[in-house]
Amino acid sequence: MAERKVRVLVAKPGLDGHDRGAKIVARALRDGGFEVIYTGLHQTPEQVVATAIQEDVDAVGLSVLSGAHNYLFKRVLELLKEKGAEDIVVFGGGIIPPEDIAALKAMGVKELFTPGTSTQEIVRFVRDHIRAAA
Amino acid sequence: MDDPEKSERAGMKGSSERPVPYETLSGLPVKPLYTPADLRGFDYEAKLGVPGEYPFTRGVYPTMYRGRLWTMRMFAGFGRPEDTNARFKYLLAQGQTGLSTAFDMPALMGYDADHPRARGEVGKEGVSISTLADMERLFEGIPLGEVTTSMTINCTASVALAMYLAVADRQGVSWDKVGGTMQNDMLKEFIAQKEWICSPEPAVRIVVDMIEFTAKHVPKFNPVSISGYHIREAGSTAVQELAFTLADGIGYVQAAVNRGLDVDAFAPRLSFFFDIHSDFFEEIAKLRAARRIWATVMRERFGARRPESMRLRTHTQTAGVSATAQQPLNNIARVALQALAAVLGGAQSLHTNSYDETWALPTEEAVTVALRTQQIIAEETGVPLTSDPLGGSYYLETLTDRMEEAAWTYIRKIDELGGIVRAIDLGYPQREIADAAYRYQLMEDRGDRTVVGVNKYVMAEEKPINYLRIDETVELEQIDKVKRLKASRDQSKVERRLKQVAEACRNGRNLMPVLIDAVKDHASLGEISDVYREAFGLYREPIIF
Repeated sequence: MAERKVRVLVAKPGLDGHDRGAKIVARALRDGGFEVIYTGLHQTPEQVVATAIQEDVDAVGLSVLSGAHNYLFKRVLELLKEKGAEDIVVFGGGIIPPEDIAALKAMGVKELFTPGTSTQEIVRFVRDHIRAAA
Repeated sequence: MDDPEKSERAGMKGSSERPVPYETLSGLPVKPLYTPADLRGFDYEAKLGVPGEYPFTRGVYPTMYRGRLWTMRMFAGFGRPEDTNARFKYLLAQGQTGLSTAFDMPALMGYDADHPRARGEVGKEGVSISTLADMERLFEGIPLGEVTTSMTINCTASVALAMYLAVADRQGVSWDKVGGTMQNDMLKEFIAQKEWICSPEPAVRIVVDMIEFTAKHVPKFNPVSISGYHIREAGSTAVQELAFTLADGIGYVQAAVNRGLDVDAFAPRLSFFFDIHSDFFEEIAKLRAARRIWATVMRERFGARRPESMRLRTHTQTAGVSATAQQPLNNIARVALQALAAVLGGAQSLHTNSYDETWALPTEEAVTVALRTQQIIAEETGVPLTSDPLGGSYYLETLTDRMEEAAWTYIRKIDELGGIVRAIDLGYPQREIADAAYRYQLMEDRGDRTVVGVNKYVMAEEKPINYLRIDETVELEQIDKVKRLKASRDQSKVERRLKQVAEACRNGRNLMPVLIDAVKDHASLGEISDVYREAFGLYREPIIF
């Protein structure tokens, strides 16, 4: 049986409208051979998690440039756990200071990318760390 | 040197070229040398003229910076209104000449601090404002008749303007003395910045309400700042920024004219806002081309008669998107060069970004360096001594012409699609920008475009920088304040006012008078936005990536 493609949800939680990064990453992952779903803007953590489960994704990439990352990443992790979907890998990127990166990783965020990251790096991360669910 | 081939050869002679792209950041080809042959048939009067006169290529005022320097206007806002008020006062004490307000995401999207959708975002990316009481605290001790204030707020700009005028009333400042700018450019929100409530048509209607109201009652106020900045930051090229911004401007003027307003009664108060990126000459050419195109559009398409209506006055900001998180002090150099381009391009106002903004909102120290950068250009370099000092350069004039042509191609395309609102519905500018952003990112990833400290001259170990932290208690405090205010006000009055706003939404009467009454009776920004959501419905964007 052919292995299923890795499915990634690229999401913009919160009220922030800066979507250049999210769209570039979504496109780079698609060009990198993954199945990509993009939520569009202004999603609540509840909406992001509902979409992740409904679309049966293997990973969720959150893009936050509004400074609200501590709340939004934590909330998404909590909700995934509540729904018994903690096998979905959470990663992300944005304007996130180093201290917060360390804290978010300790909380369970797999990786965080800051400005200047190349799309190859993100594609490589997904390839190396995310497996399609059987 | 009249022979173009000869001039080509002169530039190439005896040299092999380094393998870098010989094109502007936007992809316009750059020749090795420009000579009089490139400007053959160049009509000085028609294309340049003198500063302060049609077509304003060389500047909008006759004496430019000899008469008055550009306004040094640092965008600031974070935390509680009191926090931002303190930053405002600090900046004014450091010699800043105008204020510029950043609101937090909930205020920008029409939610009060106590709304569930505001969780985690209160005071984070700007100042938290829910009610008139917050706005009063924001401008506490700042006389609104003496300082001009710019406010970066769009789908809720009408509420912010109502609050600002209410504060002026409380300070006893008459509206004819109130100067400033509302960004209030909804079209670019749909294209690039993506903060909205309702769909483009009602959104533009509210913008035109504000244009009409300020033209009559707040004559020194710029009701809209037609913005290319966000278009560029979303990843467009300089040409796309130029074209889509002017197409948005055309959209507003057309909407106001359709309402029956006299173009010369409101057009002098339209203002613009452009990004200043790293391609030095391209950015200068962009501002010059913008002025020439706008003058032509206003005179030829809209039949404006007053020169003030044809004059493109612009705020500028250095390109946040060009700043790097790696080796952040390098951003100081980038900002200085971009700021110099803004001044050589004849900007009326300038914000210089702080070097630490790829990590967080700027610290006071970083903001001070950014402001000093402007003061150094203004007072040490001699650049502001004469108008349009690069005018006549073979390269710059050629580039200005090329950008103008390329922008017209886009503007004609948008005309053919049926205007900018229709183009947005079709996702046309959004798609053009997404494509350009992706193209550029791939060039950067491949190293075809050097980004110092990121894909070249990389350092393995970087020293951590100090950055601004927003205290988490700010959110709780702001929630508490707005809850207490809502509990203490005259609720029946508020409900009556909100009903009046809803009626004006439906019957098409100008919203501003009822909004001013509503905020004075403590109707909140979120409640008024709820009325908009109810009356006009929510906008859903086409998903394009």
